[in-house]
Amino acid sequence: MATVSFRNVNKVYPDGFHAVHDLNLEVKEGEFLVLVGPSGCGKSTTLRMLAGLEEISSGEIAIEDRVVNAIEPGDRDIAMVFQNYALYPHMSVRENLAFGLKMRRTPKQEIAERTAEVASTLGIESLLDRRPRELSGGQRQRVALGRAIVRQPKVFLFDEPLSNLDAKLRVQMRAEIASLHHRLKTTMVYVTHDQVEAMTLGERIVIMNHGRIQQAAAPLELYRRPANRFVAGFIGSPPMNFLRGTLKDSMFQSEGMSIQLANVSNEALSHEGNVWLGFRAEDLVLNSDGPSLPEVELEVVEQMGHESIGYFTLLGERHSIRLPATSEVNPGSRIVPRLRPAGWHLFADDEEGCRFARENETAQV
Amino acid sequence: MVSEPKRITFLRHAVLLLFVAISVYPALNVLSISLRPGDQLKTTDLSIIPDNWTFDSYIALFTEQPFLRWLANSLLVSFAVTVTGVALAAMGGYALSRFRFVGRQALMLSILTTQMFPATMLLLPLYILVAKLNLMNTFLGLLVFYVSTALPFCVWQMKGFYDTISPSLEEAARVDGCSRMVAFRRVILPLAAPGLVITALFSFMTAWSEYIVAAQVLQDRDMFTLPLGVKSFQASMSTQWGLYAAAAILVSVPVVIVFIVLSKYLVSGMTVGAVKE
Repeated sequence: MATVSFRNVNKVYPDGFHAVHDLNLEVKEGEFLVLVGPSGCGKSTTLRMLAGLEEISSGEIAIEDRVVNAIEPGDRDIAMVFQNYALYPHMSVRENLAFGLKMRRTPKQEIAERTAEVASTLGIESLLDRRPRELSGGQRQRVALGRAIVRQPKVFLFDEPLSNLDAKLRVQMRAEIASLHHRLKTTMVYVTHDQVEAMTLGERIVIMNHGRIQQAAAPLELYRRPANRFVAGFIGSPPMNFLRGTLKDSMFQSEGMSIQLANVSNEALSHEGNVWLGFRAEDLVLNSDGPSLPEVELEVVEQMGHESIGYFTLLGERHSIRLPATSEVNPGSRIVPRLRPAGWHLFADDEEGCRFARENETAQV
Repeated sequence: MVSEPKRITFLRHAVLLLFVAISVYPALNVLSISLRPGDQLKTTDLSIIPDNWTFDSYIALFTEQPFLRWLANSLLVSFAVTVTGVALAAMGGYALSRFRFVGRQALMLSILTTQMFPATMLLLPLYILVAKLNLMNTFLGLLVFYVSTALPFCVWQMKGFYDTISPSLEEAARVDGCSRMVAFRRVILPLAAPGLVITALFSFMTAWSEYIVAAQVLQDRDMFTLPLGVKSFQASMSTQWGLYAAAAILVSVPVVIVFIVLSKYLVSGMTVGAVKE
């Protein structure tokens, strides 16, 4: 177990592309940290710099107080699970598992014991003498996990390990990785572009965009109090709905539509210029006394079984509303969505799109 | 599936048989000549194994001619070229495939460009080079010649092969505790075996059957490689066709053996199961 620190870390590629900007991040001992963001946001580069597979342009990375900038990947005491498994095809599963230990001159007896133990943990004992090409996708991923576990490293790194699996297997492996962390309690850094994976696995999530950290917080904190419009739009499925307009004495106005908001902070009220009003699909309800949106027509209704998600267009933008399974609506139904009292967020309409906290917000969460 | 008409099947086999005959006939003819007694060399008899066939030509090769010496020379030169060529191409191709450095593109293009000149055109400049290096009439001179003509193709061949091996395999090996060199040796090289075999075969063949360059560089009859030795049976006045044919048959034997030994490595799909793209 170990802590990991990024201190003012930058990555600039030879072609001038600045992939990671001045990254500062502390990963606590035993923490499951997820780096998430759209492709090209710098999350994989960050992980690869930690692994030692990518040089650091400036700044320093430390694993348990030891600066590792100039240390070979093999000497960092880390293990990594790759997106494409990266199993050695010319070796059997047993040899794949043992390779890292062999490279570290672990005694043969110990290699055999540890390999057997990991194989039984992951339920791959019967595959030990097979070659990777004789395994299914899920089995390969298990072997890749085993190869990391058997080393008993200080830090586990995962680079989108589940993105090549089909949906059902992904859910299953996700649960397995979670229970693995619960059992081993080793520091884990996990990269994914899938926000559902991030929300379900991470103890803390770091959202990145354009090489910068947008927010680092616990999953629910991100969901309930996104730091800016990017985070708000990235986390949550369906994504948060946004309306652009102006704020006048707690009244949000946009193209002939006005919504009375309560508990708007002074910071938001004194903001000059446009704002974005954001609300999630579940923050819209049909029967309440909250401020109402104009009457709209549902265009698509997705039946999920336990609930339905309806889509409608307002001010030229597609919006979503979460409806109880019992509500009898169809495409074409006309509804008047209402906003739950504390079910909205205000964001500045500028590049950063910072969120203005509501007046009584801390008390609610 | 509808089976094709018998007429088409027949035609197809007829065409195939014709071409098999065309390619096999000269080899059979050489075999036949090598087995003929000295007084029937130019007979028009069509039998493959001639009447009163004899191994005289073969025996003469080993007893009256320095054939074994030439064989040793050829094997030495060919193996040296193969080992040098494979070693250099394995590492050169790897560098071109994996590292991004200044001049990489230009280097690759220039390597490719050398392949556009016919080998005979390079004969004179390479001859001068070898002469100036004082390597005339030495195997080293021949080695320089052969390796430098075979290498461009081999490097490209290996680069192309490495390109198909996912870099994450080396990365996994490095995380597992290998240095770059060890990762190359223990993970990448075994996977590149088919590429190495093709490169080895190509290098070996380049040296084994080469005549023109060898004829310029080597002058002592004792230093001759097999193609030179075989050609020496053809004099201005008369040609010893029996020896010539027997030698030709024997020259082809090692090549066949090398092919058979290496062919099991020429399997595709070595890297299947390594990664999922």
